[in-house]
Amino acid sequence: MREGLRWRLLVAIFVLVVGVVYALPSIPAIGTSPIKKFLPEEKVSLGLDLQGGIHLVLGVDVDKALSTNLSLMGQDIRTVAREDKIFILQPRLVQGEKLEFVLLKSSQKEALDALLEKSFNRLDAESTVLDNKKVRYTLTYTPEYRKYVADLTLDQAVKTIRNRVDQFGVAEPDIRKQQDYRIQVQLPGLTDTERAIKIIGKTAHLEFKMVREGVDPAKAAKGIVPPGTEAMQQMHRNPDGTYSESVIVLNKNAALTGDTISDARVAYDKFNKPYVAITFNSSGSRRFEELTGENVKKRMAIVLDGKVYSAPVIQEKIRGGRASISGSFTTEEAHDLAIVLRAGSLPAPVKILEERSVGPSLGQESIDQGITATLIGGALVMIFMMIYYGFSGVIANVVLLMNIVFIVAGLAAFGATLTLPGIAGIILTLGMAVDANVIIFERIREELRRGLTPFKAVDEGFSSATLTIFDANVTTLLAAIILYQFGTGPIRGFAVTLSLGILASMFTAIFCARIIFGLWINGKPGRKLSI
Amino acid sequence: MGLSIIKPNSKIDFIGLRKYSVILSLALLLLGLGSLILHGGPKYGIDFSGGVLAQVRFDSAVQPQEIKDSLASAKLQGLSVQRFGDGDTEYLLRISSVGEVDKRLPEILKAQFGQSMPNNTFSIERLDMVGPKIGADLRSAALEALYFAVLLIAIYISGRFEQRWFTAGIMAAGLASGMYLLDLMGTPKQLQVLIAMLLTLGICWKLKLNFALGAVIALIHDVLITVGILSLLGKEFDLTIVAALLTIVGYSLNDTIIVFDRIRENIFQRTAPTYGEVINKAVNQTLSRTLLTSCTTMLVLVSLFLFGGGIIHDFALTLLVGVTVGTYSSIFVASPVLYAFSPNEIPEEEVESHNHADGTV
Repeated sequence: MREGLRWRLLVAIFVLVVGVVYALPSIPAIGTSPIKKFLPEEKVSLGLDLQGGIHLVLGVDVDKALSTNLSLMGQDIRTVAREDKIFILQPRLVQGEKLEFVLLKSSQKEALDALLEKSFNRLDAESTVLDNKKVRYTLTYTPEYRKYVADLTLDQAVKTIRNRVDQFGVAEPDIRKQQDYRIQVQLPGLTDTERAIKIIGKTAHLEFKMVREGVDPAKAAKGIVPPGTEAMQQMHRNPDGTYSESVIVLNKNAALTGDTISDARVAYDKFNKPYVAITFNSSGSRRFEELTGENVKKRMAIVLDGKVYSAPVIQEKIRGGRASISGSFTTEEAHDLAIVLRAGSLPAPVKILEERSVGPSLGQESIDQGITATLIGGALVMIFMMIYYGFSGVIANVVLLMNIVFIVAGLAAFGATLTLPGIAGIILTLGMAVDANVIIFERIREELRRGLTPFKAVDEGFSSATLTIFDANVTTLLAAIILYQFGTGPIRGFAVTLSLGILASMFTAIFCARIIFGLWINGKPGRKLSI
Repeated sequence: MGLSIIKPNSKIDFIGLRKYSVILSLALLLLGLGSLILHGGPKYGIDFSGGVLAQVRFDSAVQPQEIKDSLASAKLQGLSVQRFGDGDTEYLLRISSVGEVDKRLPEILKAQFGQSMPNNTFSIERLDMVGPKIGADLRSAALEALYFAVLLIAIYISGRFEQRWFTAGIMAAGLASGMYLLDLMGTPKQLQVLIAMLLTLGICWKLKLNFALGAVIALIHDVLITVGILSLLGKEFDLTIVAALLTIVGYSLNDTIIVFDRIRENIFQRTAPTYGEVINKAVNQTLSRTLLTSCTTMLVLVSLFLFGGGIIHDFALTLLVGVTVGTYSSIFVASPVLYAFSPNEIPEEEVESHNHADGTV
C-alpha cells in the first residue's frame, strides 16, 4: 500500500469517527440511552416548525417613547426653573419631537440659557424673542441623545419581555433585538399560544394623565377637543362582566409613566373589590408627590394601553410613593395586571408585526413526513446508482451515507437548528451529492475508453474532475450563503443544511471515494473496474 | 462497464439546434410573462403581502361552505377557505387582515365555530400572521437576495473562467455605487433590482465577460420561466418559494459551469478549430453527467413532492420545474449564448497565456 493512501485513510477514518460521535446524540434512541454520557452535549435542535411553538416579531413604537420622554423632561425643566425663580409656561409637545414653552420675562433669558446649558445640554435649544417681551423656546433631541434614548427604550423592552416570558417557564426562550426597533421572540414547545401572546403583547403601558374638565362630551366624541388634549375611552365594567365605554378628555402629555413602578400586587378594598396596589421607585415617588400636591381636587386618569380604567379625584398630596389602580377589575384581571406591571411595563407600546405558531402535533407530523421522504428519496438514488455504475455505484452510496452523517454532525456541532425546509435541504442534497461522484465516474469512463489502465483512469478521472467539482459547488455555496444572509428562521435552516451538504459532498466524493478506489484497485494490476 | 443512457462519443449538434431552443425559450418566457401580466404580477402569499394564514383541523368532516357561513358575521377581509390534504377535516384559511384590530383570529374562530358548530371541536394547527410592513420588508429582501446571488456568481465566473478578477471587481464596485445612488434617490426596490440586473448584463456584455454573460442569462432565464410556470399554475409566492428559486439559481449554475469547464478545457487543448465545434463537443461530453444528475435530483424531488407533506409541496414542485428548466438551459441556452458572443476562431494567445499561467495544460 502506498504511503499517501495510508495517511489519507487515517484522516478519513478520524473525520468519520468524529462525525459519528457528533451525529449520534441527535438520534432519539441514543440521546436517551446510557452511552449518552460519553458523547458530546450538542445535538441538533429542532426548529419551531418541527417541535411546535411560537415565533413573534414585535415592533417597538420608539417614536412614542421619545415623545413621552421629551414631555417628561419638559416638566423637569419647569420644576428646576421654578426653583431658580424662573417662570415658564407649561411646556407642550409639537410635531411629536419638539418641545415648546414660553419664558414670561425676557430679562431672565440668560439665566434660563445657563440653566439649560448646565442641566439639559442633551437637548438642542432654540429661542426667539416675541413682541411682548416673552421668549419662546423650542427644544429638540440632539441626534446622539435621541439614539441613546431610542436604544435604551429597545433594551428596556427586551428586558421587560424577558421578565414576562420567565413568568411561564419556557425551556429555551430566544429573545433578541432586530433592525428597525424590532424584537424577535421565539418560544419553542409552548402550546398555550393564546396566553403567551396576551402576556407578551400586553403593553401594560401605564400613564397618569390629568383630566381636562368642562369639555362638551358630544364634541369630544367627535374628536373636537382643546389643543394639547385628547379624547379617550373610559372603561366601565358592567355587572354582567362586559365593558361599556364613555369619552373622557385628558391632557395629551403624560404626567407620570409606569416605568417608575417598583412593585405591583393585588389588594382588596373595604367592599372586597380587587385593586392593584403599586409602589413607585424614588424618582417616581418624588414626581407623584409633586403631581398630587399641585393638583389637589382635580381628577387624575389612570391610562393603561391607551384606555382609561379610572379617574379618581386627588384628595391630598400623596407622599410615600404608593398609589392604587382601581378599575372594577375581576380578581383574575387584577392579578394579570399586577404580573405585567411587576415584570416591568414596556417603555413604549409594542405591536405584533409577525406571528407564526405551529401546534406540536403538526410538528411531529412534519418530522415523520420528512423522514419518510428522505428514506424513500435516498433509497431510490442508491438503487439507481448501483444499477447504473455497478460496484462504483456502491462506493458512491457508501460516501453518500457518510455525507448524511457529516450533515447531521455539522448541524449538531454548530448548534444549528433543523427546520422543515432544512429537511428538504438534506433531501435535495442527497440528489445533488451524488453529482460529484457522477462527474468523477463519467470522467473515469472516458479515460477507460481512451484505453488507459484502470489505475491510470481512476487517477486521471479524479484529478481532472476535482477542479470542475470545486467550481460548480462554489457557486451553489454562494447562493446558499446569500440565502442565509437574508433569510429568517426556516429559510436559514435550509441554507445551513444546503451549505453543509455541499461541503460534505465535496469532501466525501473527492477525498473519501478516492481512498476506497485506491484500496480496491491498488496493487491489483489485472483487476477490471466495475463502473 | 455499466449502463449508459448516452452513447459514448455522441455528436449531437446543439449549436445547430439553437434556433429551435430560442423559439421554445421565448415561447415559455412569453407564456409565463403573459400569465403574470394577466394576474397583475406574482400572487404573493402572506409572507410578502401581509395577512393571516391559519391551518385548522376539525374532528369531524366539514364542508368549505359551512366554514364560510359560520365566519360570515365576523367580517373577515378577503377570506378564502381551502381544503388541505385529503378528507374534509383540514382547511387553510387565508385572511388579508383581521377586521377588528383588538381581536385576534384564534379568538374570533373560537367564538364563531363554537357558535355554529358546537359539536365539532377544532384546533389551530398552524397560524402565520405577517404585518404589511414586515411583508414589504421581506419582499425587498428576497429580491435583493436574488440579485446579489446573480452578481456574486457573475464575479466568480469572470474571475475563475477568464482570469479577470480585476475587471469583475470593477463591475462589482460600479454596481455597488450605482445601487447606493439609487437607494439615496429613493427608487423603489423592485425597480432598483431590475435596473441593477440590466446593468449587470450590460457590463458583462461591454467588458466581454462572455462566460459570465452566458451563465447569468441562463439563470435569469430559468428563474423567469419557473416564476412564469408557477404563475400559470396559480401558486402563491412565499419565503419557501424564494428559497427554492435561489436553490434553482445554484443548481442551474452548477450545471452550466460543468459544461463551461469542459469548454474551457477543450479550448486550452485545442480539440477543435472553431468555437462552435469546441462547444458542441463539450456539451456532448458532459451530456450523460447532466442527465444523470438531473435524474437523481428528480428522484428525490419526486419523493419530496409525494411524501414530504402539504407544507413542503409547493417547494418541491418549484424545484421540480426549476431543475427541469435548469437542465434544459445548461444544454440549450448557456452554451449558445456563449457561442453567440464569442469570436469564430479560437485565438492563439488564449492557449498561450493559459500555458504560461498554469505551467501545464
